[in-house]
Amino acid sequence: MIEVRNLTKIYSSQKILDNISVDIKDGEIFTIIGPSGIGKSTFLKSIIKLINPEYGKVIIDGVDILSLKTEFEIQNVRKNFGYLFQGGALFDSLNVWENVSFGLKYLTNIDEKKYFEVAREKLELVGLKGVEYKKINELSGGMKKRVALARAIAHNPKYILYDEPTTGLDPISSEVITELIKEMSLKLKVTSIVVTHDIKLALTISSRVAVLNAGKFVEVDTPQNIKNSSNEFVRDFISTSFI
Amino acid sequence: MINKIGKITIDCAFHLGRCYLMIKKMFFWFFHSKLEKREVFKQTVRVGVESIGVVLLTSLFTGMVLALQTGYTSKNLFNEPLYVGTVVGFSLIKELAPVLTAVVVTGRVGSNITAEIGTMVITEQVDALYTLGTNPSTYLLIPRYLAFLIALPILTLFANVIGILGGFAVSYIKLGISSTVYFDDIFQYMEVKDFIHGFIKTFFFGFAIATISSYKGLYASGGAEGVGKATTDSVVLSMIFIFVIDYFVSSLLVIFGIT
Repeated sequence: MIEVRNLTKIYSSQKILDNISVDIKDGEIFTIIGPSGIGKSTFLKSIIKLINPEYGKVIIDGVDILSLKTEFEIQNVRKNFGYLFQGGALFDSLNVWENVSFGLKYLTNIDEKKYFEVAREKLELVGLKGVEYKKINELSGGMKKRVALARAIAHNPKYILYDEPTTGLDPISSEVITELIKEMSLKLKVTSIVVTHDIKLALTISSRVAVLNAGKFVEVDTPQNIKNSSNEFVRDFISTSFI
Repeated sequence: MINKIGKITIDCAFHLGRCYLMIKKMFFWFFHSKLEKREVFKQTVRVGVESIGVVLLTSLFTGMVLALQTGYTSKNLFNEPLYVGTVVGFSLIKELAPVLTAVVVTGRVGSNITAEIGTMVITEQVDALYTLGTNPSTYLLIPRYLAFLIALPILTLFANVIGILGGFAVSYIKLGISSTVYFDDIFQYMEVKDFIHGFIKTFFFGFAIATISSYKGLYASGGAEGVGKATTDSVVLSMIFIFVIDYFVSSLLVIFGIT
């Protein structure tokens, strides 16, 4: 379980995250929506201390990651996470299977000889076959996202963080990724935190949806209740997004 | 005016401090993480192989022009081309080969490294390293530092040899100096410490290029334009530092009797 308490991040004297508190339960798909540049990715990165918030706590299975001082301690908590970056963040100098198996060396005790096998298995899980030796620049946008997802799940993490998983993809690829997120959650029994402004994705697969505006979660509820929200901002945001 | 000086001072202190922390972190991980041998090899080949052609060409023509100028100047003064081998040998081994090799490597590989790391920062590949159980110090910096510290001295050795041979070619063909005279002029006056003088400097240059190119890449911001600016800054700053370090390290070596 992830407990976020009074999380505050300030950029150039502006509070991007303003005293945010929320609990993310094991096994759920928790989706954060909101306008661009509002701090959704900052929230996601703060959870694993890729960004240092000014105040607050992020307690992951009883350990406050923000209070940890050494890289070894932080790494010990981070190994429970898989992270799908907005642009994939795949390493251009490596091919597909080397990218997928990259973290195995650092995060697991798997024998090096089995890396290829693990990579192929994870690639199959995200619906990719026969791409193991392809270069990253030979892949389409949707394929890159899937390879990045395979890399994020390669070490069997307990939590997966998705940063704008469908941004920049065509509707069909978006649909595929949306289904994959749902599938990963069910098959791997992981907790997923998704940051997106894809309202369709948020309302289709989430257990709960949080709407971020002006540094605060203006509403955290089930997709159904979010759809019928009485909050003016939430209503406007959802209706304009659908238009 | 005072405001401007103040701002420059603060900027310098900020960058020096941040650079110090980067180096400190790099040393910490050097002793606390497993060496990425494959990356070290890859980067060493990259620094060495990518630069060798330009380094040899630069050094060859430097040796040739040194021989030509020395030969004709001494011919004008003494009616005979004297000490051509000595001037070419000393100039190359103590100064020109280490400095020119470092300058060429900066332009060829230093810029490349800044652009590569800068792009990795902007495309979140550096953040990805943290989420995959490693960090930029272990995976990016240490292999590049080691690559420069291994490849630059080797490249300088090649530059020494090729420069001296280039000087010999001109001495023999244009000035009519025999090989015995040319090489005697070098080895009669040159001692091991002269060679060490030039060789030691390559490690300082390698460290400086690795530091500046990595630092500029790691703190690049502002998209493609930012990476471009960081790359230019990296090359300019590295070149300035090579010349500054050259003077101070030479002075230090003189104090220690390695002249």
